[in-house]
Amino acid sequence: MSGAEKIAVTVTDIVPLNDLVTRFEFKSTDGSLLPTFSGGAHTVVEMQDGDITRLNPYSLMSDPMDQTAYTISVRRDDEGRGGSLFMHSKVSVGDQMVISYPVNLFSLDLRAKKHLFIAGGIGITPFLAQIKQLERFNGHWELHYACRSESLGSYVDELTSHHPNETHVYYDDQDQVIDLANLLDGQPLGTHIYVCGPKGMIEWVRGTAAGEGWPREAVHYEEFLAPQPGKPFEVKLAVSNKVIEVGEQESLLEAMEREGVDAPYLCRGGACGQCETNVIDYAGNFIHRDHWLDDAEHANGQKIMPCVSRFEGKVLVLDR
Amino acid sequence: MSIQFNDETFRDDYSFYNSERAIKRFPFPFHEDSYMYSVNMEQHRGGPADSVYEKRFDVDEHYVAEMRDRAMVLADDPLRCQSLPHMTLAGWDLLELIMVSKSEDYPDLFELHRDGNNWRWINKPLGIDDSFVFLDETTLPYGPMEYITRQAQGDFCVLDQRDDNLWMDAGMVTTQADWSLDFDIGMNFFEWHAPVPLAHEKGIFVRALKFLLNIQQGAPARRLNWTMTVNPLLDTSPENYHKWGIQKTTLTPENIGAKQHLRVELQTFFRLPRSNALVFPIRCYLCSFQDIMTVPKWGRRLHRVVRDLPVELATYKGFIDNRPMMLDYLKNFDDGLETSAGIWPDLDTEPPLQT
Repeated sequence: MSGAEKIAVTVTDIVPLNDLVTRFEFKSTDGSLLPTFSGGAHTVVEMQDGDITRLNPYSLMSDPMDQTAYTISVRRDDEGRGGSLFMHSKVSVGDQMVISYPVNLFSLDLRAKKHLFIAGGIGITPFLAQIKQLERFNGHWELHYACRSESLGSYVDELTSHHPNETHVYYDDQDQVIDLANLLDGQPLGTHIYVCGPKGMIEWVRGTAAGEGWPREAVHYEEFLAPQPGKPFEVKLAVSNKVIEVGEQESLLEAMEREGVDAPYLCRGGACGQCETNVIDYAGNFIHRDHWLDDAEHANGQKIMPCVSRFEGKVLVLDR
Repeated sequence: MSIQFNDETFRDDYSFYNSERAIKRFPFPFHEDSYMYSVNMEQHRGGPADSVYEKRFDVDEHYVAEMRDRAMVLADDPLRCQSLPHMTLAGWDLLELIMVSKSEDYPDLFELHRDGNNWRWINKPLGIDDSFVFLDETTLPYGPMEYITRQAQGDFCVLDQRDDNLWMDAGMVTTQADWSLDFDIGMNFFEWHAPVPLAHEKGIFVRALKFLLNIQQGAPARRLNWTMTVNPLLDTSPENYHKWGIQKTTLTPENIGAKQHLRVELQTFFRLPRSNALVFPIRCYLCSFQDIMTVPKWGRRLHRVVRDLPVELATYKGFIDNRPMMLDYLKNFDDGLETSAGIWPDLDTEPPLQT
């Protein structure tokens, strides 16, 4: 069986926060305690949407020490393939769902003297759990949080009332921008940077930090990509001896799972490397979208990450 | 099942012994008649009843004596237990994992009572009954990792995970096969494995690291490793090589069956939830050649493995000089019959030694 261990849960609370974001609370269906986790961990939520099984990762935002319930926040993506729409429109309190054990691809570096968090939009969620973890151990942290507008500023009130000195909020519609170069310049030695948000923000922070001479190991980031729709394509799976069709609205990984092929995965967002698959033969072009393979690997046609990447062409044969 | 704990020593008079039950459950490490490195990992989720795989942390007849030996090693050399400052949370993770596992798996020996963060831990074999506040170091006599690993058999490496690597940033290491925590502390996975021959060329460590980085909560893994030790010594450390290294020259054809031990490590790997660190318990089992020979299948196989092992490995494992004497002894237990697949003794189905 692929993926992390599973937990049967019941939806115990649904709270709309604003026009885009809704919070969901899960408790273990059999009443047992949930596993503890480390701040920055995510869970993969399984959604039974008719005949389709959707598996989407969401950062855990509740207190890692609280074993009675997990909470996640889901931003509705009207352009996406439907996972967030399913959560917003089809999930009700009392529903039974299956989620994965916590998996952390964005953990705190506990050597840090100070943790500098930079969040954009829904990217705030892993930091909410990390802040609760650090508060328990008197950790030193500071948050810079950019939102589109006051009305879309999820958890701004909670953060500014509990942590007025550590929290700095920036609203795009008021032309407020993080003064990044200055911010990085003023940090004490031993500070680690963590950024979670849109791709542009992550590249901006990583690029600025690299330019200012920050060590690569002190800059942490997490970006889950959602698989994007694309033209249908055909794949031959050499080990399973199957030829499968990847539909417009599904990922290559999802198509393999639909056909009963047990393909490994963890994050389903192009980040963890678990689903890396060898290409045996191809004639056409890869549409690589992951940030696991490097540029050379994207160019040489020997590997593909089926959770987010696609293919256009005549022949694709995979070692799976 | 209640366990009768042996009164025995792993030094000086070496009164260590294995009962018949302990011999039958010895984790014989060779699943076929030859040996080469591999990433021989499997899930650690129980195993046959009374095997060393059955429980998350195996407790056996050597428990009390091993803990006594650990206390002596630490009294002589406190650097056998080290934890870098950022690893304290991982230490609490480990304490929680061991206390929960042992109290659930051996309720007649260990009890854990939790009321929020106020915990009471009862260890009957060692006569311990302590109350403390979870996550408050000031309420324990040692740091959390040292406290619990003074009560758990085997060495413990607590590895921090960052930058796509694992770092030896904490550990309790007193029963090791000739490596030093004090030397390796702070090293990453490739650095501390640098001395191992052949495996780097085979890409073993790149694959093993990738596997370990992906071990997730709720899905522990395990493997066996092995070496040879003359006399039932737990502490075969580089720090004490001057004491035990010379004992390798005391083997004779007359005493080899009793003195020469196969040393097997049951290595397990658990993701630690609160810290996202990885703990790597290395549990050492010793069995004398003469006790192994009471299992005909193991006698046949051990001769073939030792005979055919590459010189590099026999050298690295420290028995190249004694190999001819070992083979002179072991060949008497190899009648050339085929052996069944797998590590289990198969006493009911494998024929006795043909003479």
